[in-house]
Amino acid sequence: MASTATVAAPHAPAVAHYEPTGLWSWITTVDHKRIGILYGVTAFLWFLVAGVEALMIRVQLFVPNNHFVTAETYNSLFTMHALTMIFGALMPLTAAFFNFIVPLQIGARDVAFPRLNALSYWLFLFGSLFLNFGWVLKAAPDSGWFAYAPITTLPYSPGMHMDFYVLGLQVLGLSSIIASLNFIITIINLRAPGMRLMRMPIFTWMTLITSVLIVTAMAVFTIAVTELMFDRLFGTNFYNTVSAGADPLLWQHLFWMFGHPEVYILIIPIMGMISEVLPTFSRKPLFGYNVMVFSGVLIGWLGWGVWSHHMFATGMGPIADSFFSLSTMLIAIPTGIKIFNWLGTLYGGSIRFTTAMLFAVAFIAMFTIGGISGVMHASAPSDLQQSDTYFIVAHIHYVFFGGTVLGLWAALYYWYPKVFGRLLDEKLGQFHFWSTFVGMNLTFFPMHFVGMFGMPRRTWTYGPEQGFTAYNQAETVGAFIIALGTLVFAINLFTAWKRGRIAGPNPWGAATLEWSIPSPPPAYNFREIPVVHSRMPLWEDDPTKEAGIPHGRVEEETEQVTIAGTQVAAVRDVHDENKMSAHDLGIHLPPPSFWPIVLAAGISAIFIGLIFRQVPATSAWHNAWYLMFAGIATTVVSIYAWAFEPGH
Amino acid sequence: MKSRATLAGPPRDAAAALARLARGASMAAVPLLLAGCGEDHVRKYPQTVFHPTTEYARITDRLFMLSLYLGVAVGIAVLAVLVYFLWKFRYQPGAPEPRQIHGNTRLEVAWTLIPAIILAVIAIPTVKAIFETQPDPSTLPPNTVTIEVIGKQWWWEFRYPQPNGDTVVTANEIHVPVDRTVHLVLKSDNVLHSFWVPQMGGKRDLIPNRINHLVFKPEEAGVYFGQCAEFCGSSHSLMRMRMVAHSGNGYEQWLANEARPAVEPVASDSAVQLGKQLVTTGACAGCHYIEGTAMNAHVGPALTHFGRRRTLAGGIVENDAENLRRWLADPPAVKPGSKMPNLNLTDQQITYISAYLQSLQ
Repeated sequence: MASTATVAAPHAPAVAHYEPTGLWSWITTVDHKRIGILYGVTAFLWFLVAGVEALMIRVQLFVPNNHFVTAETYNSLFTMHALTMIFGALMPLTAAFFNFIVPLQIGARDVAFPRLNALSYWLFLFGSLFLNFGWVLKAAPDSGWFAYAPITTLPYSPGMHMDFYVLGLQVLGLSSIIASLNFIITIINLRAPGMRLMRMPIFTWMTLITSVLIVTAMAVFTIAVTELMFDRLFGTNFYNTVSAGADPLLWQHLFWMFGHPEVYILIIPIMGMISEVLPTFSRKPLFGYNVMVFSGVLIGWLGWGVWSHHMFATGMGPIADSFFSLSTMLIAIPTGIKIFNWLGTLYGGSIRFTTAMLFAVAFIAMFTIGGISGVMHASAPSDLQQSDTYFIVAHIHYVFFGGTVLGLWAALYYWYPKVFGRLLDEKLGQFHFWSTFVGMNLTFFPMHFVGMFGMPRRTWTYGPEQGFTAYNQAETVGAFIIALGTLVFAINLFTAWKRGRIAGPNPWGAATLEWSIPSPPPAYNFREIPVVHSRMPLWEDDPTKEAGIPHGRVEEETEQVTIAGTQVAAVRDVHDENKMSAHDLGIHLPPPSFWPIVLAAGISAIFIGLIFRQVPATSAWHNAWYLMFAGIATTVVSIYAWAFEPGH
Repeated sequence: MKSRATLAGPPRDAAAALARLARGASMAAVPLLLAGCGEDHVRKYPQTVFHPTTEYARITDRLFMLSLYLGVAVGIAVLAVLVYFLWKFRYQPGAPEPRQIHGNTRLEVAWTLIPAIILAVIAIPTVKAIFETQPDPSTLPPNTVTIEVIGKQWWWEFRYPQPNGDTVVTANEIHVPVDRTVHLVLKSDNVLHSFWVPQMGGKRDLIPNRINHLVFKPEEAGVYFGQCAEFCGSSHSLMRMRMVAHSGNGYEQWLANEARPAVEPVASDSAVQLGKQLVTTGACAGCHYIEGTAMNAHVGPALTHFGRRRTLAGGIVENDAENLRRWLADPPAVKPGSKMPNLNLTDQQITYISAYLQSLQ
């Protein structure tokens, strides 16, 4: 019982800060902050990979009848661009913030299941590497991210391409489900005293909603993908239209029951992030907090009733079309409420244009455009001209790039100082913002036009007589402007980590709990678990109510307010005692463990073994099926070892 | 708070630039979209949705325009308010801390109801249009023309059942009469495809083990561009088509000609004769069909009156001597994944085969 061994005096002299370092400490870490960083770094690298894929797509479409890449490669490019962006970059980037920020926002020392948290990261890493391994074998998935049957069944997709899809996404799905269960339980159970549900920071609320959506949506997707796996590997007939009377629409219904909530999985966390950034830089509380929470819940809930609006062209009949048209339009109402409440937050504020704020504001503008085109294809007859054209590509990019990506960058500029203790450079940040903003509009706005002029999506090339050329050229130029901005961003992220200005605990003067502790936070997060009296403890809590709670504006902790990183000189670290290790303070933290990575490797090996069963006997990869048995054995052993490992 | 003083400069520029950009983008949208929806527009964008030529397409277009106008109005309003707030409430040195307003129930109720009303304005005509554009196939007028559309990888087969029990078959070029209801029966025997001739109306998927319907009434004679809209494999983007709408009795004439067997080559033209021999006895016969010859396979497109077709290889290039030569020399090079293999034909053979195929009027 370590907790009884030392009872640290509140003001014991500082001792060497016990922080394990080195590769091994990262492999065995169960600290939610380190796992958050791992998620963030990995996902950012995948973001760059998916960006390169996008650039190759844009180069191919620069001129009509181009042969920069073959049609087959192109099909893999747009498929992998989507899969890598969604499952490798955007979802894990939100997960990075869930991991790092949520426990801090609710005043917890860690997530509910720290080792499970590590497992979900390692599964994500192995799953995403596995998915991309298809490129190495020239067999990357090539049938679009929604992988409509029957083109994904064996008769029409005989190689391993779609095997990488069905197996890789099962690993990634497992990772997401495990992570989300962990967050649901953490948020429900580990809130600091006094933090009632309706006092939770809005980002934590949106994380909770998103996690529920992931658990439920991913479950459906896992069923769909497992059925496709059985079709492809074991000859069942769920979707196989050639040998049996399967109905390809089964796949579409199952896929979109996941795929539509997935859109909200990618946007609801961002709504939470924006709702943290806007109040901080307007110096006003979030307008209509209660309504913001309930509209988030409503968006998540309604997200389940609209999946077939992706299927108007399949001929479901007028009654189904009407139902899904109307239910889709309903979602615009809670979404609109959010946009209006953000405007309400800005109203009467004192707005500071830091890079984080610029991205947050641009998010509102761009997401509004994406939302409006969404309403335009909620109307089924109108959608039948738009679906499967570049108009849809424009819409999804205004939502995912103008929404998710801009919001994530806002969040990165906002929370980076908390994570690394240093501020991102604001000059580079402004360049990053303007190039991204101009580039994305130049890339995605013309897609509305070219789509309505008849350009289908997923098209390898087009004829000069079709009139698409000028629009595609503008889009390609825009894509390279985004790429330039992203390059500057990457440089900023790296150099700030090395030698950015010291941030201090609360560089923005923000109001939520994570800003009450040093940056970066010590391993145990909070010296003492805070007691919460309001939604914005650092702005509103009365310090006289109880001793030891974080209170007061940031000016009281540092010499001055720092905006845009212009002047961060005299930061006073008022948390000297936090340099002590958790042990010295009598705080018990879960010990590191290597079993999560071993278990993740075991589970991944099962799937890798399954795929290499398919390799022809002539290949060097043949007979890797023994990997499957090695994987099963590793999985069983590590589950036992994990269960009996001392530490709790 | 001395550091605040340094902030006054750049933010104002940033806000103003943001304002200019947002305003510019939203103002440019509508006029650009509506610019030139006349004949010139169609010449420039032959696959445009903005020049509807059937009632079906007009219903669709009206809904699109309605939602576009409302959407752009809402969008401009939101962006204008956003930009105004950013400018008006930008940080001013020395200004007092803003009032800590937490919400306003009346405002929030208002902006819940307003979108609901705007959406109802779109929703009602939407439901009406859904039912108008999907009539029950059993209630169509008696002179309806029924054409079976079969999606292939990567070309279109069109089958026109005749009263005498025969079926006229064409590929990649669908012929329809003006002023008669056209009922397309959509099928696929392989993967998903989607039939889309934008000027006729919306798209509709072709799904194996299912039958779909598309009903419209062409109003103007002409040649319309169309394309497969659902991803269907390697050559998805090269699965295009032309729709030819005939006025007067042009459709009947075309049909009568198409129903005739292929023209028998004149004996004196040796190239055509040699070509016929190559085609009907060679590898071509394994896949293709030519009415009036021994060729009776339906794997590839029917070639009966090939010489009259406007395009080649799934509607991607004009049907002329040079393109035909390029196609016969190496089909997968023109069309990736093509089911027609490279037959390693000699130049001489290609010349003869081209001569024969072009003679099929």
